[in-house]
Amino acid sequence: MNSVERLIHMANQIATNLATDAAPVAAVADHIQTFWDPRMKKMIFAHGTDGLSPVAAAAIRLLAEAQNDG
Amino acid sequence: MTYQPQKDFGTPESRSDEAVSLTIDGRDVTVPAGTSVMRAAAEQGTSIPKLCATDSVKSYGSCRLCLVEIDGRRGTPASCTTPVEPGMVVRTQTPQLAKLRKGVMELYISDHPLDCLTCAANGDCELQDQAGAVGLRDVRYDVQSTHLGQAKDQSNPYFDFDPSKCIACSRCIRACDEVQGTLALTMEGRGWDSKISAGFVSDNFMGSECVSCGACVQACPTATLVEKKVVEVGTPERSVLTTCAYCGVGCTFRAEMRGEQLVRMVPYKDGKANRGHSCVKGRFAWGYAQHQERILKPMIRKSISDPWREVEWDEAFAYTASELKRISATYGRNALGGITSSRCTNEETFLVQKLVRAGFGNNNVDTCARVCHSPTGYGLKTTFGTSAGTQDFDSVEDSDVILIIGANPTDGHPVFASRMKRRLRGQDGRPGAKLIVIDPRRTDIVRSPHIEAQHHLPLRPGTNVAVLTAMAHVIVTEGLVDEAFIRERCDWDEYSHWAEFVSQARNSPENLQPVTLVDAEDLRAAARLYATGGNGAIYYGLGVTEHSQGSSTVMAIANLAMATGNIGRRGVGVNPLRGQNNVQGACDMGSFPHELAGYRHISDNNARSLFENDWGVTLDPEPGLRIPNMLDAAVDGVFKALYCQGEDILQSDPNTAHVSAGLAAMECVIVHDLFLNETANYAHIFLPGSTFLEKNGTFTNAERRIQPVRKVMTPMNGLEDWEVTQRLAQAMGLDWNYSHPSEIMDEIARLTPTFAGVSFARLDEVGSLQWPVTADAPDGSPIMHIDGFVRGKGKFVVTDYVPTDEKTGPRFPLLLTTGRILSQYNVGAQTRRTENVAWHPEDLLEIHPVDAEDRGLKSGDWVKLASRAGETTLRANVTDRVAPGVVYTTFHHAVTQANVVTTDYSDWATNCPEYKVTAVQISASNGPTEWQEEYEALSARARRVETGIAAE
Repeated sequence: MNSVERLIHMANQIATNLATDAAPVAAVADHIQTFWDPRMKKMIFAHGTDGLSPVAAAAIRLLAEAQNDG
Repeated sequence: MTYQPQKDFGTPESRSDEAVSLTIDGRDVTVPAGTSVMRAAAEQGTSIPKLCATDSVKSYGSCRLCLVEIDGRRGTPASCTTPVEPGMVVRTQTPQLAKLRKGVMELYISDHPLDCLTCAANGDCELQDQAGAVGLRDVRYDVQSTHLGQAKDQSNPYFDFDPSKCIACSRCIRACDEVQGTLALTMEGRGWDSKISAGFVSDNFMGSECVSCGACVQACPTATLVEKKVVEVGTPERSVLTTCAYCGVGCTFRAEMRGEQLVRMVPYKDGKANRGHSCVKGRFAWGYAQHQERILKPMIRKSISDPWREVEWDEAFAYTASELKRISATYGRNALGGITSSRCTNEETFLVQKLVRAGFGNNNVDTCARVCHSPTGYGLKTTFGTSAGTQDFDSVEDSDVILIIGANPTDGHPVFASRMKRRLRGQDGRPGAKLIVIDPRRTDIVRSPHIEAQHHLPLRPGTNVAVLTAMAHVIVTEGLVDEAFIRERCDWDEYSHWAEFVSQARNSPENLQPVTLVDAEDLRAAARLYATGGNGAIYYGLGVTEHSQGSSTVMAIANLAMATGNIGRRGVGVNPLRGQNNVQGACDMGSFPHELAGYRHISDNNARSLFENDWGVTLDPEPGLRIPNMLDAAVDGVFKALYCQGEDILQSDPNTAHVSAGLAAMECVIVHDLFLNETANYAHIFLPGSTFLEKNGTFTNAERRIQPVRKVMTPMNGLEDWEVTQRLAQAMGLDWNYSHPSEIMDEIARLTPTFAGVSFARLDEVGSLQWPVTADAPDGSPIMHIDGFVRGKGKFVVTDYVPTDEKTGPRFPLLLTTGRILSQYNVGAQTRRTENVAWHPEDLLEIHPVDAEDRGLKSGDWVKLASRAGETTLRANVTDRVAPGVVYTTFHHAVTQANVVTTDYSDWATNCPEYKVTAVQISASNGPTEWQEEYEALSARARRVETGIAAE
């Protein structure tokens, strides 16, 4: 696994484990925002949503948009 | 202070609230009911002669030396077995008593060697003291037959057993039974032939079940059981109280000294974590502190292919600072990072994270807790609001049901295990607590003398969440929840959501049995016992956290405790057993990249500005890199410099090949340690460290207890570790001027609300404090969440079982899980440099007889252990402790490198590695793997020092 593959794996793993949350997309986005360093976030934004589960993909899109807005 | 042994009150303390007043030798004394006359006398400063009594064990009444006269009583009762009564009038010194005692002593001495002047216990011998106390001057017996002249048993590396000096008082046997709970010793023979035996006649101490905890040595009144070090150097002349630097129990010891030489470590009876007990590591395994392989001078080299060059401290700091500045200028400040150590003090840890945040200018700081208890921090903070256990150790005395999951306390936390075992055995007519063990292995505590777990659930590794959800299913669907507690203390909507989830048929024990391999009926019975058996306490360890669902498991545990109302009082709670001495402290001190001290997120403007104002810097509001992320970034070529204090990531972290690739990609690896550890093979700068005996500071144990570590000798390397970090910070241009660790603690207290009331002066005064120490709780907080959860309402979190991505299959059909053994500690850097290697000279692979037979293996055979990550070889130990399909090993030896085979799968929430589940294959082998051979060659090259002599 290279670094991007690992980030995809991590994001999917987070999404799977937060699937039962009341608002899974927001929960995944919040988790990544809280624990990932800026470079990791930047890498996955640059990668896009390929290989991401629907919830993980939505969370990454949410974060990327917030980043662009901010 | 001249040497004084700790006062011995003769019999244990009574916990009764009822007071009894009596008169002893004309003086009034008031003591709790149930106290012995002997102890009452000792409390008022009267010393009644005694030999078979000591306050660590129950009274025995065999030596007949402690006789007293009591008004209205016939004869001369033994004061150790006579409880006080109101109005009792006791005389401890009368002519009649003197005559009786002298007669008793005369008999003892008639069968004891008279070599006092050359005896190791000379000056520290109770028999000698009592002979003096009763005025024995002559022995009239012409004894024809004695038990003298027997051979010594010197098999134990730390203490000798000289049966000729034994007075058959049985204190050692009782200490082994009552304090340690191993029951290794017995008395064989009768009369002159009476002899303490460690099992069968053929057994010596080393070959027996003795675990070398030292309780017998501590209890022995003569030189029968005596430390080899005392035989070698003589008795100590002073003592200093300090805290053990091994596991998370945090035992208090008296370091007994001769000048700057440590003679022995003696467990302190008033130590609140250990209550006078110790284990083989803390009591005896401190020889590494003076080991010849310790590196005492800083060393540098341009490349890891060069030999090391010794330099003076000034040059080392200047060079290190220039390298860090160069890398920051070339690659940007985010190319730097640091790792704090759970073995170092709070003050040292705080300084390392401060150096990274304030000096390196980023938040790339992490700690070895990442790879052990980071899920505890996440899970308990989410559910309860505090990243820590809820109880003190004393709490276990009030437990009725003890649930142990993913922990092996008799090996990993032996001193607390002894206290737990005492509660499990029951005492003084009070029945023992019931025991549930959830573990893939049959650990020692499942079945040990007078203890048998009601339920051992040998689950398939990786299915903790499924087992706990199934237990919750039983508790909810059978109506065993504590609804009143939940309504009052927890968020009811969240509870309802969770209860609905766990009640689903798919979460029943029967439905999950094919996944967990746990018998559904047994699981149901265990769940009922935990929910209805009285005070239920959960203790867990790395078998919970080191999984891809580690954080989920911690939350599932918290859910169970809340659902059954087992939170907020003595005897209950959720108790993480921390691996290393200061895991709790390292986490508390802001070692995680996303958190400042006191678990406040770095993006929290209020918290950050508090630190910014105090430190006079601007802090980055974004979280930094965790250890695995640092290694990934290094492999990607953007992370270039690492300051690693007191941790050996190459040996301890998973997927060794990936760790070494990360380290090899860095330009400046700074290792600050006692020895040239495995990580140092890839280091460019080595800063020698100091041991816990050589520095001042504090450790925080698994019960949030902040305890002083006191310097008893000058650092052999010249500087305490906090001084090394400060000098490095100064060389980087930071204006740090701490003159003592107490000033660092003052800063911690100033910036961390839960430490507000902590200072070295307070710790000196009260011995230890359990955080939070605040205006509301100035004496600390032994039990948390008493009236409500720290976060407000307790939060139930749905934890759905997600199978790990690490799958078995035709190529890798077995599951490897890893763990620890009593005599060794973590990567073994310390314990391998002590006589403890006598117990565990190598890591062995435990394999079930069925799996062994399939592969034609027997105990002692060399086997190749291969996973998708790598392969290594070690020897097999065929045992039914592990279930078919499961193999187990320890990771204490660098030669084995168990982490060559572990993968880099990790906990979804914290990246804590999944050490406990690796799919592997085993096959017969006749030699080391290619990796092992290459690594050995690399180590030999990497450890060269310019003198031409390898340092290890």
